[in-house]
Amino acid sequence: MEAERTFWEYLRDFSENQAPLDFVLVYDNLDKFFEGALVTLQLTFLALLIGGLMAIPMALARANKVSVLNPIIWCYTYAFRGTPLLVQTYLFYFGLGQFEAVRESFLWSPILSDPWWCVLIAFTLNTAAYTTEFLRGAIETTPRGEIEASVAAGMSPWLRTRLVVLPSAFRRALPAYSNEVIFTLHGSVIASTVTLQDLLGVGRWLNGRYYLAYEGFVTAMLFYMAIVLMITVAFKLAEKRYLKHLRPRESTEETAASATV
Amino acid sequence: MKLTKTLVASALTAATLIAGGMASAETLRLGVEGAYPPFSKKEADGSLSGFDIDIAKALCAELERECELVEQEWDGMIPALLANKYDAIVASMSITEDRKKKVDFTNKYYDTPTRFIAKEGAQFELTKEGTAGVKIGLLRGTTMQCYVEKHFPDADIKLYNTQEDVFADLVAGRLDMQVNNTLQAIDGFLNTDQGQGFAFLGGNLDDVACLGEGTGIAVRKGDSLTAELNAAIEAIRADGTYKAINDKYFAIDIYGK
Repeated sequence: MEAERTFWEYLRDFSENQAPLDFVLVYDNLDKFFEGALVTLQLTFLALLIGGLMAIPMALARANKVSVLNPIIWCYTYAFRGTPLLVQTYLFYFGLGQFEAVRESFLWSPILSDPWWCVLIAFTLNTAAYTTEFLRGAIETTPRGEIEASVAAGMSPWLRTRLVVLPSAFRRALPAYSNEVIFTLHGSVIASTVTLQDLLGVGRWLNGRYYLAYEGFVTAMLFYMAIVLMITVAFKLAEKRYLKHLRPRESTEETAASATV
Repeated sequence: MKLTKTLVASALTAATLIAGGMASAETLRLGVEGAYPPFSKKEADGSLSGFDIDIAKALCAELERECELVEQEWDGMIPALLANKYDAIVASMSITEDRKKKVDFTNKYYDTPTRFIAKEGAQFELTKEGTAGVKIGLLRGTTMQCYVEKHFPDADIKLYNTQEDVFADLVAGRLDMQVNNTLQAIDGFLNTDQGQGFAFLGGNLDDVACLGEGTGIAVRKGDSLTAELNAAIEAIRADGTYKAINDKYFAIDIYGK
């Protein structure tokens, strides 16, 4: 009997009954994990993009202490940084759905009834709050000399912001931003709690469908690690390019060589 | 060398025996859920109540064992049993072939049908074509997931962590229909304020392969607890304890045939 089984059947049996992790089952469902990864990446990067764009004017308003806006934005960032993302998501998803008025409003059927939009809104507002605050910090720590030089060069406040303050602040905020990107990715697992089939959602689906303990989680984990690795590498490259002036000189020989010329 | 090996082996055996002896005197830990009324629900003070909870307590009394109820969310029920977080699951779990690959089951302790629920007067045909694109909500990791994915693969299936969330989204209009145990649906939803305007759709579902052969108690494979629990279920059936619990929650006998 043993000999009649094909290698594939043997592998399947081994995977199901003996291996600590049913890797054949995971392999069979790998396409679902890629679909889940796509949902995760979409939500994460759309939230980062929109949230990032929202954060720039808010950070400028905060750093320049614009009279009415500053306290309002402070309240907003305090609320979103001071509460868990899960609670914020539940509020948008389950909370708003409780109200008849919301369900009958024009926003309901295309946007708020859809878990994807609820999650995107929550993630965007969350990451915008965090980004606003550390971008504000970066703007406030712009070296005085840079500002004085641009004033002396006769730049208007807008031109100064656009050409000197923001590029300089972005550079200083870059290392902190890589953390924010990774935190947002990690936070995106919350999508699976409101029925979205993101990476973790697919992992939980697999566990639920086949009554498994951890195959779905382990597979999702490997996907997250791969994504984080790509993000880290991308930021390393960006830092190498944009923070070049902060790195120590590469080789003393080169310096010595150029000095003798 | 040989002597050392023998010594180590006998020491290990002794240790196992002692550990085994201690285990049997330990409290029996039963995994239960808390969001599936009237089978299990959480009271305002955090305590658990419901049919499953009362059955679990009655079985403990019958076995004359100290018991601890361990609360666990549904989709982690079997994994937590396998990870030794508790020794048996008393949480309205249907006995199915798929689950039997992972755990042993006692005989059934109740058996009730499964049905769909939708808005009153909704016209959905329960066929593969009729459910294409229809939003169906259900609890993740249940027999219903197996049934719906098998029979209505083109439906837009939404998986939830708790049954209460499924009902919330059905009311909110994010779902066209939901599917679960009929008794749970009647007491946990249709007879509540939330469930007004909703009704059963179609008849009782029929697919033993997915839906199983009644509701049993799951135990780790090969555990002698299965036989003990079977005897205990029979005993509480015979001495009227089961009937008393049944009648506390339901107007009909839910044990089935």
